[in-house]
Amino acid sequence: MTDHSPAAAGPRDTPGSRTRPGTRSRTRSRSRVPVALVLPALAGLAFLLLPLVALLIRAPWRSLPDQLTSAAVWQALRLSLQTATLATAASLLFGVPLAWLLARTDFPGRRLVRALVTLPLVLPPVVGGVALLLALGRNGVVGRWLDSAFGVTLPFTTSGVVVAETFVAMPFLVITVEGTLRAADARYEEAAATLGASRFTAFRRVTLPMIAPGVAAGAVLAWARALGEFGATITFAGSFPGRTQTMPLAVYLALQDDPAAAVALSLVLLAVSLAVLAGLRERWTGAL
Amino acid sequence: MKGPALTKDTGGGTGLDAHLLLDRGSFTLDVALGVRPGEVLALLGPNGAGKTTALRALAGLAPLTGGHLRLDGETLEDPALRRRTPPEARPVGVIFQDYLLFPHLTALENVAFGPRCQGMSRAAARALAAGLLDRMGLADQAGAKPRRLSGGQAQRVALARALATGPRLLLLDEPLAALDARARLDVRAELRRHLAAFEAVAILVTHDPLDAMVLADRLVVIEDGRRVQEGTPAEIARRPRTDYVARLVGLNLYQGEAAGHTVRLAPGLALTTTEAVDGPAFVAFPPSAVTLHRDRPDSSARNAWPAAVTGMESHGDQIRVALTAAGLPLTADLTPVSVAELLLAPGAEVWASVKAAQTHAYPA
Repeated sequence: MTDHSPAAAGPRDTPGSRTRPGTRSRTRSRSRVPVALVLPALAGLAFLLLPLVALLIRAPWRSLPDQLTSAAVWQALRLSLQTATLATAASLLFGVPLAWLLARTDFPGRRLVRALVTLPLVLPPVVGGVALLLALGRNGVVGRWLDSAFGVTLPFTTSGVVVAETFVAMPFLVITVEGTLRAADARYEEAAATLGASRFTAFRRVTLPMIAPGVAAGAVLAWARALGEFGATITFAGSFPGRTQTMPLAVYLALQDDPAAAVALSLVLLAVSLAVLAGLRERWTGAL
Repeated sequence: MKGPALTKDTGGGTGLDAHLLLDRGSFTLDVALGVRPGEVLALLGPNGAGKTTALRALAGLAPLTGGHLRLDGETLEDPALRRRTPPEARPVGVIFQDYLLFPHLTALENVAFGPRCQGMSRAAARALAAGLLDRMGLADQAGAKPRRLSGGQAQRVALARALATGPRLLLLDEPLAALDARARLDVRAELRRHLAAFEAVAILVTHDPLDAMVLADRLVVIEDGRRVQEGTPAEIARRPRTDYVARLVGLNLYQGEAAGHTVRLAPGLALTTTEAVDGPAFVAFPPSAVTLHRDRPDSSARNAWPAAVTGMESHGDQIRVALTAAGLPLTADLTPVSVAELLLAPGAEVWASVKAAQTHAYPA
């Protein structure tokens, strides 16, 4: 058998092999990586890492224990973790069904709805906050009615923080879960139907367990986005310590009069983010 | 076809009465099916013929655009009456080609899934599932996830899962296609036993004539969305009516105009047969009935024509030779020795003769 026979290419391009067809042969035939790509790549990497390094270099390591044990820090951190978790729960509750609707049904205007769902991804969060005020504020379109009928006011409350965070975080979950649903084999749902399962039962007992990794990935993304939320939160919920002042808000305000405290708070947020990424990446976020 | 006297005890069912009409613009499926309880029907056809579409229509996964679907006297679907029972409410069990066992559930949970959906208690569903798995010889595998099952085991779990809901119509989509050759043999025999014991209507879809002939009581051949032939495996094998079926059962098939013992196939090409037919007719004969000669055989051989070799391939311990004679394709099975003696090669000019006694003529 010569190298020119078609069979010689076989083992390299078997369907089960991990490398995509052609990838390996291309890197083999052109082993030199072009400088025109390497230099900008390294510059980009340095640009992403430099601020983090600076944060570590300038951290007030000596006064750090005092900074971190202050009640204000823990108050802000606890509020942030609580609201981000509640916002993620709300995103799951509404976002997963929304993703299912977008991925598994066909209705007029589906593409438009999908575009609108992704809008908060690109919308400046401050604009989102203003829009939330107009919708759910005390004189807002719906807020006025909420106030008069139920006595519920959302702006400048902890619930308002959760609302603002959900508004910016849910699209991440919807997009991730929708992608996972589209990649999942819908024929399993058909198999469930032939076994007598309603569409809801099929979703609950077959689809949901099968897309669990994607849902987890979406939840992590949403949680991280909610944790870092600033613009919509400060616009819609203000910055009241203990009630609506989350970590990002505390960092920003501390920067005005106590830069060392701001750096300490930033370190805490960085540590939390890294812990989440490290803890979940291997197990669940394969779909990211 | 109705024959209550012929059926097994079926609990009073009348079987399947369906006219599947699906118009998808570029493709139209138009097949009428009648299947008695206890009967196993195979839908046989090439890829893209509409077999799987027919199966999906029966299961309710592809809506009919016309026709009707009645099972044991109950109308499951009739577009003209705006009636349609959704798949989850049909008494239908499906074994999908790649089984589609739920990967996150154990074999037992997979089988218990259907009864649970029908409202059976968890304990009762699990007991039923355990009993079915036991009957399939899979009691040991009850706790195994599908990825740990072999192809044959997964097939049996799929069968148990489909039977667990007590379907009155069992549908099997290429039930053996996902198995390797060794497993096919065992599973085919086993599946035949289970199908024989199944007392309601069973329909299997396959492109493999052997599966169809071993597993089914009756065959419906579908090509381009239409039924082209129907009959028992023996009838189909003996009297193919399309080139596709003839190829499947390994026969040379020609259509022509018969007058007594002569069937005129093409200008200058007539076959003498032992059977007398009149009018439009088919003639079929096996490749082994064809003999090839370097020179014109003596004049007593009536069915002899000049032919050109177009290709050769090994076929068991024989060589299957493809030829054209008067523009018509012809295949002949020869021993390797004959091929060598005749110096056959693509392009070689030979004489082909067919023994009249081995031909089979029947009305078209």
